[in-house]
Amino acid sequence: MTRTQWAGLGFVLPALTVIGLFFVVPVVAGLGLSLTDFDLYALVSLKNLRWVWLDNYFTLLQQPLFWKALGNTVYFVVLGVPLSIALSLGTAVLLQSPLVRFKPLLRTALFAPVVTTLVAVAVIWRYLFHTRYGLVNEALQALGLNPVDWLGDPRWSMPTIILFAAWKNFGGNMIIFMAALQAIPSDLYEAARIDGAKAWAQFRHITLPSLAPTTLMIGILTTAGYFQLFAEPYVMTQGGPLQSTVSVLYLMYDQGFKWWNLGTASAVAFLLFGLIVLVTRSLMKLANRGASA
Amino acid sequence: MKSRRGVLAALLGAATAPLSATLAGCAGNAGPLRFWGMGREGVVVAELLDGFRREHPGIDVQVEQLPWTAAHEKLLTAFAGDATPDVAQLGNTWVAELAALGALAPLDGRVAASPVVQEDDYFSGIWHTNIVDGKLLGLPWYVDTRLLFYRRDLLARAGFDHPPRDWEEWRKQLRALQRIGVAQPLILPNNEFEPLLALALQQDEPLLREFNTRGNFQSAGFERALAFYLGLIRDGFAPVESDQQISNVWQEFGRGRFAFYIAGPWNIGEFRRRMPAEFKNAWGTAPLPGPTGLGASTAGGSSLVIFERSRRKPEAFKLIEYFARPEVQGRFYDLTGDLPPRKSSWAWPALAADTRARAFAEQLERVRPTPPVPEWERIVNEMQLHAARAAAEGGSAADTARAIDTSVDTILAKRRWLHQRGRA
Repeated sequence: MTRTQWAGLGFVLPALTVIGLFFVVPVVAGLGLSLTDFDLYALVSLKNLRWVWLDNYFTLLQQPLFWKALGNTVYFVVLGVPLSIALSLGTAVLLQSPLVRFKPLLRTALFAPVVTTLVAVAVIWRYLFHTRYGLVNEALQALGLNPVDWLGDPRWSMPTIILFAAWKNFGGNMIIFMAALQAIPSDLYEAARIDGAKAWAQFRHITLPSLAPTTLMIGILTTAGYFQLFAEPYVMTQGGPLQSTVSVLYLMYDQGFKWWNLGTASAVAFLLFGLIVLVTRSLMKLANRGASA
Repeated sequence: MKSRRGVLAALLGAATAPLSATLAGCAGNAGPLRFWGMGREGVVVAELLDGFRREHPGIDVQVEQLPWTAAHEKLLTAFAGDATPDVAQLGNTWVAELAALGALAPLDGRVAASPVVQEDDYFSGIWHTNIVDGKLLGLPWYVDTRLLFYRRDLLARAGFDHPPRDWEEWRKQLRALQRIGVAQPLILPNNEFEPLLALALQQDEPLLREFNTRGNFQSAGFERALAFYLGLIRDGFAPVESDQQISNVWQEFGRGRFAFYIAGPWNIGEFRRRMPAEFKNAWGTAPLPGPTGLGASTAGGSSLVIFERSRRKPEAFKLIEYFARPEVQGRFYDLTGDLPPRKSSWAWPALAADTRARAFAEQLERVRPTPPVPEWERIVNEMQLHAARAAAEGGSAADTARAIDTSVDTILAKRRWLHQRGRA
């Protein structure tokens, strides 16, 4: 190696060490762990540890609870991601309008949920959605509708969690959309107006196509993030009722830290990792095909 | 991402535990006696300690409170990281788990030498929840069991002057209550395992077999209990719902929406506080009916344990010996409403005067411990999940029992392997 190469290596070495120590080693250790049956007994003595190779994975794939958790997570992603992105886009476009007053105030208010503590707002949401005393049910009753047991009914618990997550997260993407909206040249809109395009046509043919790269990026990030659903069910429902809000990550937490089955828990983590890679890759492919068509 | 780091941290924690143990071993005897209390008990214990401090001014007790929801994880993490306290309050279903880790110090010798702790003064079912592999690992602190809370006035209207004494009479009363307009006279929240577990403990067969390495849920006894449980729901005596959906049990009980509720001792205080004044004498407590005559129930509660790694075991035992005194248990009852595990503590004036607590004393003579295996909590959760599904979707008792055995055998696979090698 030449002197410059050595110097270059010297410069990247600190960063490589950090990445190696805090990323590569944990990932490899986690992978190793997922091939063992590390559990409470192994904690007592490593003699009780067995290499089970892919057994953890096979067992998981045969477990109804794993599929239930996967189903719940997919439900959350499929409904939550579009809802969250639509909310972000909608508010960004509205805030962009020249008719809106008090823009800084509104922007702050809409962004506030992103930077507040999840546990604190979850407590407030639990009150809002309380079956008997909740504001939401009072509003329903004022409209003459029957109250809904939002967090106690297995059919409603996940939709409630989705609403909560979308409300909590849309502000961040809203800011990104607002930045992207400002980057669209205004002469495009002027030209469209001269051609007689109304507001909706402008939105469809100028705003949406110009935002496509941003939307793709937000879509991928949000999907990857939403697959890791955990904190919301953990503080709102503890996975219940009837396991209707157990997500894949929640299952991992239960296995790893409640029952101390670290082998199984690591296997869950890697399955989830594989799934997220698969889904985001296909999202990218889909977007590329759309772009080339 | 987050997940894998967490796992690694735990792995490192486990790997470095022996190292830190040797380091800690070098430290001196100094420092306070650390006590971990949970939930309400952790708060109240500070008040009880005044007496102990007067008698033992040399022992500095430091109380740390854990919330119940985090306690289990905290204990295991503390073990992995060599940070266990000297003394802790432990839910007695966790004793087996920590015993498997070898985290608890046996108490047999100290108890035998103690003038305060007398085994035959304790309710036997509760005492035995603390014995794993023939060793006594904890002293019962307070007890918890499930029995019937019932509406005396509604039962009288239905034509009965006493609570049910066996399953058949119970069903007869439920039907009679339906006839007088209580549509669903019983509640069995589908996320609570205790009612079904109590019915299962009333049977002769044990719940696990082959040295507790396989499920025994297909036994005739468990199937009978499960069929009875499912029958209560299928015949419309109890609705299919979770305790979250009932939201305010006390109010609904007061309104007469149901007449029977299987619950624990803390509900005596809750009902007394929250039932409308005109129903003050309209409710009572009764031992749980069994298949033939009054039946067994669960042996819950908390124990006090000393950790193996504690270097102050004699002082630690002095502390739990102090908590075992009948008069201290009486004061503890005044502060918390937790029922004492010693028969002589029941002479405490406030307890002796409480007619509703008396049913618990009677039930406590007939409580049965669950199998002492670390996997028990998972097993009983699995049992309830299958039962709740059968109740909601209509599976038969035999099919459900088979499904429970299958998942329990999976949970116990490691234990079987260890057992074959003589390590569990």
